[in-house]
Amino acid sequence: MLTALANPARFMSYSAWAAPLCLFAALGLFAIGLPWALFLSPADYQQGETVRIMYLHVPAAWWSLGIYVFMGAASVIGLVWRHALADVAARAAAPIGATYAGICLATGSLWGAPTWGTWWEWDGRLTSMLVLFIVYLGYIALWNAVEEEEKAARLAAILCLAGLINIPIVHFSVDWWSTLHQPASILRAEGPSIHPSMLGPLFIMAGAFFLLFAALTMMNMRAAIYRRRIEAARLRGANA
Amino acid sequence: MGGPGPFQDKPSLRVEGLSLSRGGRVLFEGLSFSASTGAYIEVRGPNGAGKTSLLRALAGFLKPRAGKIVYDNVAEPPLAIHFIGHANALKREASVRTHLRYWSGLFGVTGSADSIDDVGFGLIERADLPVRALSQGQARRLALMRLRIAPRPIWLLDEPAAALDADGKEMLGDLIESHRLHGGIVIAAVHEPLGPTPAQTITVGA
Amino acid sequence: MSAFIATFRRDLALMWGAAGGAVAPLGFFLGATVLVPLAMGPERALLQSAGPPLVWIAAALAVLVTLERLFQADLEDGSLDQMLLSSAPLEVLVLAKGAALWIAIGLPLAIAGAPAAIALQAPPERALLVAASLALGMAAFIGVGLVGAAVTAGVKRGGVVIALIVLPFFAPPIIFGSALASGQDVGAALLILAGCALGACALGPIAAAAALRVQSE
Repeated sequence: MLTALANPARFMSYSAWAAPLCLFAALGLFAIGLPWALFLSPADYQQGETVRIMYLHVPAAWWSLGIYVFMGAASVIGLVWRHALADVAARAAAPIGATYAGICLATGSLWGAPTWGTWWEWDGRLTSMLVLFIVYLGYIALWNAVEEEEKAARLAAILCLAGLINIPIVHFSVDWWSTLHQPASILRAEGPSIHPSMLGPLFIMAGAFFLLFAALTMMNMRAAIYRRRIEAARLRGANA
Repeated sequence: MGGPGPFQDKPSLRVEGLSLSRGGRVLFEGLSFSASTGAYIEVRGPNGAGKTSLLRALAGFLKPRAGKIVYDNVAEPPLAIHFIGHANALKREASVRTHLRYWSGLFGVTGSADSIDDVGFGLIERADLPVRALSQGQARRLALMRLRIAPRPIWLLDEPAAALDADGKEMLGDLIESHRLHGGIVIAAVHEPLGPTPAQTITVGA
Repeated sequence: MSAFIATFRRDLALMWGAAGGAVAPLGFFLGATVLVPLAMGPERALLQSAGPPLVWIAAALAVLVTLERLFQADLEDGSLDQMLLSSAPLEVLVLAKGAALWIAIGLPLAIAGAPAAIALQAPPERALLVAASLALGMAAFIGVGLVGAAVTAGVKRGGVVIALIVLPFFAPPIIFGSALASGQDVGAALLILAGCALGACALGPIAAAAALRVQSE
């Protein structure tokens, strides 16, 4: 199946219907999930209504990490098999992962503000997420900085894999650091203990975030492939 | 240190269906040729056609889009090759002597520092001058000294005579001739003949 | 082995000779240290608690500045090609370059950490701890810095991109090194920092060499 997906022309033909499909499915799940999360699910007995922001914060956190793992896999495929589509996929996914990390940070800040009394707290998990956000920025910056696209793809892939090894180390370090300095942490590792009635909307939102990522990544990839085709046609025209 | 010793194992090179691309543009496709011990091959073609890329692919720096490059009867390719590119690989602040010492170490050559002076190429009087005090031609000669420091069968030369004066060109020609007689292979990208008669000429690009 | 030594010696000589050695990074480090009390005020207690971590940050930034040029020259003047043809694997040569950087710039910065800490009101034993922790920390910074320098080697004015790329890798050594320098949980911090340094020096050259091979295409 992977080799079928791997052909750029085939990818263009099935993403032509798959991308809009994912987008509509994502909007559908958001349509179900958001009202459920914001209105119908129970408020937390400790935090009241503000816990509802968890339904944005937690899926964004999961997927910001998941997308980076996806980029890592695409990087390996690009390096080992030199597959152009894998490189395009990794580059296309990065801004979405960065945005999700940003959403996680923003919602984390909003979540904590009423309880902390400040707009930011150097909580262990938020700090790790901030580092992940910077990792994304570095990856995107490298793609933009290197002139030759083929080289950029492979250098970015190496960077991505190095980052993949670094992320658990950073997580461990920040954990250690936060226990050393013991700030008041409202956002415990699992968040407030998750009641079964919260799982429903949570998974719906997680699904929505995933489908949105799939749709946007495919759309980015299509745009990149069109750009390459235009470039190639221009070069052929210049040499003819 | 004298010139390279005889290459007993009769090195040879086979290129089959080679296709190279740079920056998304295909330079050439389907290039095939072979070289056997003692061959001197010239690569010609217009600027930008891919002569340098061909040499870099032969050196193992550039991975081909398609095709094969096979070396027979030599040690692992990186250890069997000398590459003289456009750039001389010189550090402006280091002296001639330190370069020779560095290259000896880099290429794993055993031998005392004194033998370095025998390498010659007309730079003995300038042995302790930094590279920035050398002329273009002298710097080129220094780069070419790599060929004499470590005996390696395959020589890949990219416009080696650039900036050389008549004396330098003659020395280069003799060097290539003697390497061939010892059984080595020389492949040079050139715009004009170097002196020795090529066994084949490969033309790259329209 | 001779290739490692040859590369190490050459890079050491080049760094000490031409580039004025450690003068620029040390100057930067000194400047950053001076800015601290200017920014925070000279109150003793404040400087004392903030001192060692700030020395660590200044040193990290100073070594960051030296990373940009590490492979750039070799790529441009053709030396990288020769390294690829060496009798030793590229990973070993990259490690040699890193080792030379550590001796030429890392260690001087670490040693300068002691007077800097004292200037920031640290007691003498603390100052020594700062210098020792920095020596290890520099190894960790350089190990991962090799990767950042290698992937950005061809980039014009790649300094900002290198900094962005390398910062997440600097975070763990900074966390443990600052804790060590401040005397907090010294045993654990020392062990983990040493682990970071070891890991960085073992894995960094591998990733950097892979990136350099891509660069030389």
